[in-house]
Amino acid sequence: MAVTLTPPRTGGRTRRVPDRHHRGVTRWIVLALVTVAALVMLVPFAFMLLNAFKSPGDYSTNGPLSWPTEFYTTGLRTYWEQVDFPVKLWNSILISGSVAVLAVVVSLLSAYALGIGRVRGRLWIIGLFLLANMLPQEALIYPLYHFAKEAGLYNTRLAVIIIFTVIQAAFGTYLLASVLSTFPRPLLEAAALDGAGKWRILWRVVLPNVRPTISVLLVFFFIWTWNEFLIPLVMLIDNQTQTIPVALASLQGDRLMDAPTTNAGALLSLLPAILFFLVFQRTLARGITAGADK
Amino acid sequence: MAVPDTVAARPGATPSPPTGRTPRRPRRPDAGYWLYLLPGAALFLLVIGGPLVYTGYLSLTKWSGVGDPSFIGLDNYRTLLTDDVFWTSFTNTIAMIVAMVVLPTLIGLVLAAVLFDTIGRRFRPRTAAALRAAFYLPQVLPVVVAGIVWGWILRPDGALNGLLDAIGLGTLSHDWLGDPDTALPMVMAVMIWVQLGYPVVVFMAALERVNPELYEAAEIDGAGWWRRFRAITLPQIRPETFVVGLTCTIAAMKVFGPIYALTRGGPENATNVPSYFAYFTFFKRLNVGYGSAISMVLTLIIVVVAVLFIRAQNRAERRDGGI
Repeated sequence: MAVTLTPPRTGGRTRRVPDRHHRGVTRWIVLALVTVAALVMLVPFAFMLLNAFKSPGDYSTNGPLSWPTEFYTTGLRTYWEQVDFPVKLWNSILISGSVAVLAVVVSLLSAYALGIGRVRGRLWIIGLFLLANMLPQEALIYPLYHFAKEAGLYNTRLAVIIIFTVIQAAFGTYLLASVLSTFPRPLLEAAALDGAGKWRILWRVVLPNVRPTISVLLVFFFIWTWNEFLIPLVMLIDNQTQTIPVALASLQGDRLMDAPTTNAGALLSLLPAILFFLVFQRTLARGITAGADK
Repeated sequence: MAVPDTVAARPGATPSPPTGRTPRRPRRPDAGYWLYLLPGAALFLLVIGGPLVYTGYLSLTKWSGVGDPSFIGLDNYRTLLTDDVFWTSFTNTIAMIVAMVVLPTLIGLVLAAVLFDTIGRRFRPRTAAALRAAFYLPQVLPVVVAGIVWGWILRPDGALNGLLDAIGLGTLSHDWLGDPDTALPMVMAVMIWVQLGYPVVVFMAALERVNPELYEAAEIDGAGWWRRFRAITLPQIRPETFVVGLTCTIAAMKVFGPIYALTRGGPENATNVPSYFAYFTFFKRLNVGYGSAISMVLTLIIVVVAVLFIRAQNRAERRDGGI
């Protein structure tokens, strides 16, 4: 089980089998069906876009399907100001970014000991880390909430950063350890012969070789943390600390939001995710198969 | 995600290079590596090990979160056995597994095969990639955001009823999430929408590994689409099917965000799930001991399911003579 980073698509090399059985029509029908299915997947986004720019009056008279009568941006602005969107955006970036970096560092250190050092009992340790990643967060949340209060970390971004660093590193350790267990030994031996210590070998020999895996982990840790909900919901209670998903959900909880504002809020909240998706599409496609390939 | 065989298979006794130091007594070659495990291990104990044990202890107490917990033994677990809400929430977990594992995996298998085998090879690869992106898009956004958009679509004045009106089926209009009979099926539909992209992307990536000549040879031998699907596609991507099955099953058992955003477990617990039930018991009913018991049962079930999955996977691999 290695993180087989999917080989780059060999774009020009798609060999087409000559259509011997008059498949011409069938393949177009199949294409049409799958395209319709794909469009159905996108319908909710279209609905949201359509209604994010309506005035509440327009919505209540003309319903959710009509074209907006005017280009109404007050809903977006209301949401932006009401939840102090830039603060939420910054909180999400700060938390997810810190977690991604810290979790990768912790994963790399642990995986170095487990995958290359082969410390005693490593299979149990890896199993334990894997388990930690599968646990339902409810099984940890109350003690974490309680401890955070005692330690004065409740309602701080630091508490959330620490917690997710550990949860993501649990997965990262598992993945990196399995990658490092197949690390070419001669490379390590050569470095050791040259007088490099363990610390130096880690940063100068191991790290450069696993950089692709690490970049995949960085992207995934960032997105996973960005999308997390339960722990931020419990830990972050005021406007200055909340993340984007929590802010959106807690507003919705008040049932005060009219439909256009709901859609405007949802639109603003998913824009960063979509932007990230577009920028890192390749890494995502590679990364999602990390751990899946044999 | 089995504990990797590659780790298991390698003997640990790989001779280590001379370290330059002259050890006074023979040391295990791995000695110095423990140091690197320290930060991870310490954080693990602080954030996962300790809290998990503490939750285990709290599940044996009665506690509202203030004052001291009072030890009551297995009472919470006994109460659970006769608690209708608890049973409903676990029955709903089965519905979540159908919606988040079974259906997305089956549909995903067919979609990935069609995208790869038919569209990917008979049209330009870009076409398949664009379609794949459309299926994957819901996976990128925060599930809570997806939940809120769908919550609005399914509202009495939302887009679904608007759509029904527009096509003359206005009589079918409904408070989709407010009616105990339709709430769960609607939540399931949303979860299928959310989950579908994951198996599609994983399976398509898996198929890229398969030698294209396998398909071409089969085709020249006259094998139709269905034969190729059964004889090539399915066996080739079995490892990925296990991984998707395991990860999605665990996600389905833990599902919280979408329930919180869509229904908060209602109406009348029709869409309650263990995670939400535990959250509600902790923070709304302030019954920490009982909430801990729910969490512990859920944890136990997840661990058992994960172990069964990994075993089944290892057995299947051994039967194939190892991959």
